[in-house]
Amino acid sequence: MARRLTLTGNDAAAEAMRQIDPDVVTCFPITPQTELMHKFADFVADGEVKAEMVLVESEHSAMSAAVGAASAGARVMTATSANGLALMWEIVYIAASNRLPIVMPVVNRALSGPINIHCDHSDTMGCRDTGWIQLYSENAQEVYDNILQAILIAENPDVLLPVMVTFDGFIISHTVEVLDALEDKEASDWVGEYKAMYTLLDTEKPATFGPLDLQDYYFEHKRQQIEGMSNATGVIKSVGKAYEKLSGRAYGMTERYMTDDADYVVVALGSTCGTAKVVVDEMRAEGKRVGLLKIRSFRPFPHAEIVAGLASAKAIGVLDRSVSFGAPGGPVHKEILAALSGTGHQTSIVNYLYGLGGRDISLDHIRSVFEELETVAGKTIAPNEVRFIGLRG
Amino acid sequence: MSERSWKEIPIGGIIEEAGNADSYETGSWRTYRPIWDAEKCIHCLACWIACPDSSILLEDGKMVGIDYAHCKGCGICAFECPDKISALEMVLETDAAAAK
Repeated sequence: MARRLTLTGNDAAAEAMRQIDPDVVTCFPITPQTELMHKFADFVADGEVKAEMVLVESEHSAMSAAVGAASAGARVMTATSANGLALMWEIVYIAASNRLPIVMPVVNRALSGPINIHCDHSDTMGCRDTGWIQLYSENAQEVYDNILQAILIAENPDVLLPVMVTFDGFIISHTVEVLDALEDKEASDWVGEYKAMYTLLDTEKPATFGPLDLQDYYFEHKRQQIEGMSNATGVIKSVGKAYEKLSGRAYGMTERYMTDDADYVVVALGSTCGTAKVVVDEMRAEGKRVGLLKIRSFRPFPHAEIVAGLASAKAIGVLDRSVSFGAPGGPVHKEILAALSGTGHQTSIVNYLYGLGGRDISLDHIRSVFEELETVAGKTIAPNEVRFIGLRG
Repeated sequence: MSERSWKEIPIGGIIEEAGNADSYETGSWRTYRPIWDAEKCIHCLACWIACPDSSILLEDGKMVGIDYAHCKGCGICAFECPDKISALEMVLETDAAAAK
């Protein structure tokens, strides 16, 4: 039986963590993630969880402690945002390379500078090549559901990679929404017990963790990581199906919202997808064939689902909430171009940069994207012809 | 060391066999080679205590030589050797090889 709750995105994440009750949670506060760990610390202080909470002096230490605990065989979680993620970067890469299934909610916030605490995707997009799986969430419900699924995805023996569950700072993290949560027993049965393949504490079977790895084997270990990430596609789908059976809510690599016959499709991720769905509904009511392709898993990138989701599109608008300085377009745009290259799919693709530093994106903005797409269909758009939404000219 | 494919090795750089550093020869990393003078050595074993690569070879509690297959040439042994004794000297590897 579902429990209907009214929570902020941060509290929804903390609720999922309460039910998971990881062995170890490492923590350093940063806006807008702070309330998430604040809430979880309440659960620890109130004795509602058994988790060992490790308070450290920086995010670099938070991820280092997470790596240490995970190497010891513990189920480990931490959380961060923006500059905190940037500070832990070195160890973020090591967590993936050491194949430690750490799950980390990341509350998306613009990287400094100039200093800004509001949402964009520069933090997580910047570490898209660190070897972490990245699941983007549209709302508090998806934050909760993605975190519960992330545990099983990360710990799958064919994957064994850490997972970031991202959600938009303030827009999701501090907004109260209604969501359905599992019963505690359902959730604890769902995540089950984690048994690490190797542990530092097993003196019967001693092993060396994180040794020097030079020209002779480093390349082989990277190839294994590629395989783990490739396997994650199937695991994300199968975990999504199992979770649908449990919760009634379906999850895949992407969500295709009225794309099947759509002439004009917007591609986006995060909370903007909720806004875009409203516009799609309105324009559909006016008889316009428009749709939204939402990317849930950015790493691994769902090439096959993207191609299928864009099959009917005459023009595509790709929304990027971060810059790839010096590149023709944003990170999402480049992936869409790559996914469609070689498929023979003739379509006009326009890149829109929006929402940096928390700049609002409105229903009207997204409607204007669809209206522009109607005018560009059939035209060749150079990859560097980036449009800016909501920027003063 | 046999070189195995990426499908045959443990993930994440894990080494499952304890104490196998012995089979990984690091001697070729050396720039300076410690040269031991058996006549001067008083067998205080300060070098043996300090060597980070267990490359000071002992027999019956006395130094008998240096394991050049593993010594990385860090020079700690020569530094720790008492000044009055100076039984260990660091020599450029190229000079040591030429002298041989």
